[in-house]
Formats: sequence, C-alpha cells, structure tokens
Amino acid sequence: MSTSDHTIEYVTATIGGQLFGLPISGVQDVFMPERLTRVPLAAPEFAGMLNLRGRIVTAVDMRQRLGLPPVEAGKARMAIGIESKGESYGLLIDAIGEVMKLQAGSLESNPVNLDARLARVSAGVYRLDGNLLVVLDVDRVLDIGAHAEAA
Amino acid sequence: MDELLRDFLTETNESIDVVDVELVRFEQEPNNAQILSRIFRLVHTIKGTCGFLNLPRLEALTHAAETLIGNFRDGAPVTGESVSLILATIDRIKVLLDELERNQAEQAGDDRDLIEQLEQAAAQVSGAAPAAAPKVEQQKAAPAAPRRTAPAEAAPSAAEARAKADEAPRSSEESAESRLANKSIRVHVDTLEQLMTMVSELVLTRNQLLEIVRRHEDSEFKAPLQRLSNVTAELQEGVMKTRMQPIGNAWQKLPRIVRDLSNELGKPIELEMHGAETELDRQVLDLIKDPLTHMVRNSADHGIEDPARRQASGKPEKGTIRLSAWHEGGHIIIEIADDGRGLDAQRIKTTAVARGLATEAEIEKMPDAQAFKFIFTPGFSTASQVTNVSGRGVGLDVVRANIDEIGGTIDVKTVPGRGTSFTIKIPLTLAIVSALIVEAAGDRFAIPQLAVVELVRVRANSEHRIERIKDAAVLRLRNKLLPLVTLKSMLRLAEAQDETASAFIVVMQVGNQTFGVVVDAVFHTEEIVVKPMCSRLRNIALFGGNTILGDGSVIMIIDPNGLANAIGSSAAAQHAAENAREIEQRSEAASMESLLVFRAGSPQPKAVHLSLVTRLEEIDAKTIEGNDGRLMVQYRGQLMPLVMVNEDVRIKDKGVQPLLVFADEGRSMGLVVDEIVDIVEERLRIELASQRPGVLGSAIVKGQATEVVDIAHYLPLAFEDWMAWAGGRIERAPVRVLLIDDAPFFRNMLAPVLKAAGYAVTSAESAKAALALFEDGERFDIVVTDLDMPGMDGFDLTAAVRKNPRTASIPVIGLSSLASPEAIERGRKVGLHDYVAKFDRQGLIAALKEQTADIDCAA
Repeated sequence: MSTSDHTIEYVTATIGGQLFGLPISGVQDVFMPERLTRVPLAAPEFAGMLNLRGRIVTAVDMRQRLGLPPVEAGKARMAIGIESKGESYGLLIDAIGEVMKLQAGSLESNPVNLDARLARVSAGVYRLDGNLLVVLDVDRVLDIGAHAEAA
Repeated sequence: MDELLRDFLTETNESIDVVDVELVRFEQEPNNAQILSRIFRLVHTIKGTCGFLNLPRLEALTHAAETLIGNFRDGAPVTGESVSLILATIDRIKVLLDELERNQAEQAGDDRDLIEQLEQAAAQVSGAAPAAAPKVEQQKAAPAAPRRTAPAEAAPSAAEARAKADEAPRSSEESAESRLANKSIRVHVDTLEQLMTMVSELVLTRNQLLEIVRRHEDSEFKAPLQRLSNVTAELQEGVMKTRMQPIGNAWQKLPRIVRDLSNELGKPIELEMHGAETELDRQVLDLIKDPLTHMVRNSADHGIEDPARRQASGKPEKGTIRLSAWHEGGHIIIEIADDGRGLDAQRIKTTAVARGLATEAEIEKMPDAQAFKFIFTPGFSTASQVTNVSGRGVGLDVVRANIDEIGGTIDVKTVPGRGTSFTIKIPLTLAIVSALIVEAAGDRFAIPQLAVVELVRVRANSEHRIERIKDAAVLRLRNKLLPLVTLKSMLRLAEAQDETASAFIVVMQVGNQTFGVVVDAVFHTEEIVVKPMCSRLRNIALFGGNTILGDGSVIMIIDPNGLANAIGSSAAAQHAAENAREIEQRSEAASMESLLVFRAGSPQPKAVHLSLVTRLEEIDAKTIEGNDGRLMVQYRGQLMPLVMVNEDVRIKDKGVQPLLVFADEGRSMGLVVDEIVDIVEERLRIELASQRPGVLGSAIVKGQATEVVDIAHYLPLAFEDWMAWAGGRIERAPVRVLLIDDAPFFRNMLAPVLKAAGYAVTSAESAKAALALFEDGERFDIVVTDLDMPGMDGFDLTAAVRKNPRTASIPVIGLSSLASPEAIERGRKVGLHDYVAKFDRQGLIAALKEQTADIDCAA
C-alpha cells in the first residue's frame, strides 16, 4: 500500500443505487440536461446530443452503460460534464452526491467479486464506511461497443 | 526577432521549398531551360540576400550550389549524382535556416564537405582544374572581409551591384511576378482563425434572429434582417475564401521524398498527382500533410515490389503511386493508390490473432474487408523487416487519429497482387453550409442543399406518382423512375407507412445517383455551421455531422453520400436502373431509321430515307417522253421530270420502269432506278465519303456496304428544270431562312430542299453559331432549328432569340424526332411558333409557308 498522503477531490454521484466518483480535475460542470436530441442508429448507451451554452455535448446514459434498467419515466436526471480528446460529453446519472476528499493512497484495485459491469468501467475503488465508491475511468466509460447500425 | 531576419526566414524557406520541388522536376526534364533558369534565379537571390544580411556560412553554401547550377545552364550534362548533391545542399541550407531561426544567429561551423564536393562537381563539368578552387575561395574571402568590417555601408552597395548585374538575365516574367506580389499581403493564420470564429458566431446569431422574425408575420425587422443576412453570407464567403488553399501545397514535398526513397530502396517509382488545385481549408491542410506523407512512404516501402519481382509478375518495372483529390458532396476526397503487391489478408489475420486483437474463431468468420481495418491499430505492422522508412508500425494509427480529429474518415481497398488504395474523406471546411430542414418521425434533420435537386409533393392525382415495383417504392418523375427511401425507416425510427397517396419527397443527387427521400414534412432552408459528429458516433454513415439551429436545438445532418450508398443496392434502385435501361433501349429503337434500298446503275445497293420518298411507282416505259434531252412522264395529270441517279442508269425502253417519286407541293420528280430492293430499319451511321455530288456517304445496311443517296442533290435538278420550263416564278424577295442543325446530313438534305422551294437558306451547325450570326448583324425572316442539339439545344436557342429585342419577332420553327407532349409544352413555353417532325418535309414547307404568309401580311 502506497504511503502517499495527498488527497484527491471527487465529485460523487449515484447510479442505480451505487456510488461513483470522478476526480474533480476531470469534471467540467454538472448540469440539468435539456432538450436532448436522440441520435438514430447509435448504440443505446448514447442518450442523445444537447446544446450547452453553444457547445454540442454528447449525452451518455450511465444506466444503459452499466446495463441497469432505465429510470422511471418522468424522473429528472442530472449530468456530469466531462471532456475527452477535445469533445464534450455529459454522463447522465441518477443523483449528484457531495464532493469528497479522499486519500490517494486509499484507492484500491477492483475487488475480485466486483460486478463485471462495474469492473469494466472502474479505475479502482474506495472503501468508505459500509459503502463502496467506484472510481470511474472516463476512457473506459466512453469505450462504448459496436453501435446498433447493421450493414 | 529582428523584423528583417523574420522576413528573410519566411521568404527564404518558401524559396528553398520551391527549389526543392523544381529540382526534382528538373531531373525528370533536364532539357527544360525554364525550370533550370528558375532554379538558378532562386538560388542566386538567396545567395544575394544571405550576403546582404551577413550570413557567410549560408552564402558560401548557396554560392557553391549556384556555380554548379550555372554550369548546367551553360550546357553541362545533368547527372543523378549532381542533382543529389544539390539536394543535399538544399537540406543543409534548411538545417542552417532552422538553427538561424532558433538562435537568431548563424551557427558557427563549416560546410567544407559539401562545398568541396560541389566545387569538384562544378570543376569536372566545366573542365577547369580543381586548382581553380582555392582561387575562388580567396575571392570569396576578399569581399567577405570588407563586409565584415563595414557591414552597414558596404553591404547595401555590394548587394546593389550584384542586383544590377542580375537585372539583365531577369526576364520580364519576374517583374510581373513582383508586381503581383505587391498586390498580396501576409496575414497571420491566427488572425484569420479569429475572423472565421466570429463569422460563425455571426451566422448563428443571425439564424436566431431569423427564427424569431419568422414567428412574427408582419415585422419591420424583416427588411433590415434580410439585408443583414445577405451581408453576413457575403462576409462568410469572403472569409472562407481566405482560408482555402490548394491541396498541392501539402503535396509539394512529396516528389522529392519519392525520388529519394526510390533511390534508397532501389525501386523506380513514379508519383502521379491529380487534382492538386482542389482547395481545402488551411487548417485541415496542415493536419493532413503528415498523414499523407506517411502513406506515400508506406506505399513506396511496403506496397511497391522491387523491380525484379514486378517484372516477374508482368508489371511495368516502374511502380506508380497516384495521388488524387476532388470535391464530392461537401467533402474533399483524397486517394492514395499504388500498383504494388496489395495487402495480404492472411498475414493480417495471423498478426491480429498473434496480437490478441481477435480470436481464431472470430478471424475465421471475418470477411477480408473487415480484417483490413486492423492495419489502423497502434503497433500493428506485418513488415518482416522494420526498415528505416516506415516499418516501425507507428504510422497508420496516428494517421487515423489525425484524420479523426478533423472529422474525416479513412478507408482502405486492396486487390492482392494489383495494388492498394487508401481513401480519405474530409469535410470541406469546418464550414457553414446551406441546408434544408426536414422532419421524420417527429425529429428534425438537415439535408445539405448541395445534394438537393428539387422537392416534390406527391398527391393522389398529381403527374408525379409513387409506384410500387415488386414491393419497392419508386417515384415516377417526368418519365424517369427514381428509387425511393423513407427517411424515418432508414433511421429505424418508425416503419414507413404504405402511403402512395400523399408524401413529401426530397429529390437528391449524389454523383450520378438520383433518388428520392420521403419525409414527413419540409420546413425551410437554413445556413448551418457544421460540427463534426462526436468521434464515437462518426461511423454512422448516414450522418455527416450535427449543428445547432437558430432555435438552439441540436439536429443531425444527413450525409448524402451515406444515403446514396445505402440506397445503391436496394431493390428500389435496381428497379429504377432496369427501367432506365428499358427507356434507353426504346430510344435506341427510336433512332432506327427506315431506309429504302434500291439498285441503280451498279450492283452495289443504294439507299435513301424512306420518309423522303413520296411514292414508289412502276410505270410503263413506253409512257416516258423525251424532250430536249430531258425525260418526262405524264403523271397524275402533270408532267413529271425524270432524273437519273447517275449516267450508268439505263432507262428502260419497254416494260416496267421502277421510279422513286418525290413529290412536293404539287410538283413531283421521278428518280429512275434499276430495281427496288427492300425497305429496312437500320440505325444509320453514315461514313461521309469524298464529296461526290448526289452521295451522302456509305453506310452498312443489313450487313452490306450501301451508298446513301443525297436526294437534295437531285431535287433541284428536277425542279429547276421544271421551274424554268414552267416559265418563271412569282417575283418576290426570297425569304431568308436560318437553318440550324448539328448533323451535316440534315443540313445537307434540308438546305437544298428549302432553296428549291424558293427560300434563301443560310445554315448554321450549332445554336452558338446561329446566335453569332445574329450578333454579326445578319438578318433572317425565319429560323428553322433542330431541337435536340448538344450544348445549347433548340429550346434554349428559341428562348434566346425571343429575349433579344432585335430578333424577338422572328418566327422559330422547331424540328425534332420526338414529339412528346412534354416537349411540345416546353416548345410553347419558350415561344416556339411551330413544331415539325424531322423527316416531315411536307410539314416543314407548309409551316414555312404559314409563317411567311404572316410576314407577307405584315409587310
């Protein structure tokens, strides 16, 4: 276990009851997505495109991404804005949590019994009292498989 | 940095690049004095400026190179080694310029190695002994010394002196060049970038305003906003133009690279470049320069086989790498093709498995085309040797990443043993295009206006109809069948309803594919700023980007190419293609002509257009009368002159004499023939023979060489005779007819016919020529024009004649072999006075009479 004791701030969010965290340095903003335009023929993980202060943002439905059932209709969702390779994305989550300061050294690698779907997008976990926080690996989150378009 | 130095670096770098390119060209055309003198001038100028700025190292190097080039100018033979030497010198100069830019001073050092070689080469060539070299050096040292001590004064005067000495060899071309240079101005790329961004913002804001105003029926904002809109559009166009550059700029260095590679690898390779003038955005240009270079290197290194192997497989020893660029549907397409060994699918599949990119099972089932995509994976290289050039496998994935960044795509096609071609497709500019906003399944989409031909509203009884051929929907549009697709079903948003009753169809054209897209609604056109699709969504072929509309919503932009490809193989497309073929066959059938085949005077068959012949007669030879050497026969109450096709024809003195009767306006002529053979349908293709009177030429009719008779030759013989015999004509100023037809056959046939009918005929071979005659002040009373002509057709000509006040009152008669209702309608629209079928000689004469009667009345 490393002895580095610098702290990282994480923006946390709940998706399907599970707590997730993103290093704050990678988070552009948190917003309420409005007027989502669906993208026909795209993989179901892509919830659509939206206009955020003049920028086109690609919305990714985290429930879909994690293979969870969709939210009840009518429930408002929040989005965490991130950037990858110069493009803007919005990760649709159930609810935004608080910003947590956690020790870099306490980050553990994925436990063996971690759900495969979570493991696929996880950069590691933090054990908080009674709770597991899964740190999201943005690149892997965005690595969405073959889309719905057939030949 | 010193302003002077900065300018020097910019200009000299540019000049050096030009020298580089020109040297490679020169090597291929050693006798081209123009290229050589250009090279010499450039190098000479660089030398002069180096001296002026006190850069001794650069000056010495350029001087040595200039001497050698000068020798070429004086007629010395050009060898590969000497060119390589000069190219090496150019490279050294580039290095020195780089150092100069970094340190703002010339790096200390010596270029003895190169200079010696250059001097030796120059000496050998000019025949002077190498001992001359030190003398040259001393001379150089001398002027260098005073310059170092008195840079300010001496330098300008030395430069001046040199400049004056050079004025003589300078051609006028150069001064023209410099005059042109004064009309242009250097602007930093960032400045243009900023301008571009602001224009985009302006366009978006204008769109927002338009959106608002659109909702208010009556608004005083409309007019000024329209003006603003126009100005914005012009501004946008202007700024975009400043950023466009020909792709040739990115290709500039490639001939040199190929040349060097060719030498290094021992394989003769030729680089072909097509479409270098195709323009694209400067930003994009910068980003593709390196990928292109890498791909050309790849082709040279891995693609092209060595000469021995090429010869063994029957290929030309010299390999070819072909670069092509062109615009298509809002994109620029760049193709890099080689005629080398092609990609080895098996090798690629094996490597993929070895690298864990796919399992054995997956590979087994994978089609080759899909396997080829592995070459774009990082680190993937099947090269058995990692050559210095490109085997390191860092290339293609970086290429793809670069192209991805600018919103483009790259694809590869290959034929084993024959070659490989990479196709890069890049959006033309991160640009503003005009788009039609449509709706499908409740969502709006933008279709680039460039690809839209027209909008069609189909209703139950309209002339345009949706038809079903075996389950596939097609649109019948003016006699053409277009394949149809329903946008919402293509996008898998909803099922296409079976509505042949009413629909909105956007007719699009991509390349030579025309098709219709059924949408739920059509809104308006809007100028949109195209934003490339998110990289992870870019492979959806139907979308070419997305945009923010004036009302703030994001919508997808349809990619016309993607649509066209999707339709290309659909059932509807196939039906439409079949139908098109049918129509073609029918029109081919229509261009079959009826010919009367006969014999007269020789066993070789002769033929004449059946439509020209009024009647076939067989008369009793005894009724033939002779008069003054002219033969005649009593025919239907009149005397009909008889004409012989040629002097070999013997008129019968008894029995039945076959005749071809040509009648016109009550006058008849009988053409004496030996035997009437047959009436046939044939597509007539006359090879015009030598200008024998009476013969148009020969053609193959039913497999036999047949002489086609020029009736126009004989009619005047008969008629003139007859006319003279009948005793004079009505005195009248002949009516001037302008006859226009692109086929010499028809001109030759009709003109004499009309002349014989009493008209003064001038012929023109095209609408353009006809209009030119009018321009020249020629006057005519009537125009008779063929309607189907290449270039400007008869309809357009008629419209033009109508438009010009000088000619507007001249009646125009149209000739055509097709008399469809649409054509007649079109004729009426452009102001055609009458419409006559091509072979209807009677009809034409009648029409002319009718029109001239009007003229007489008017007179």
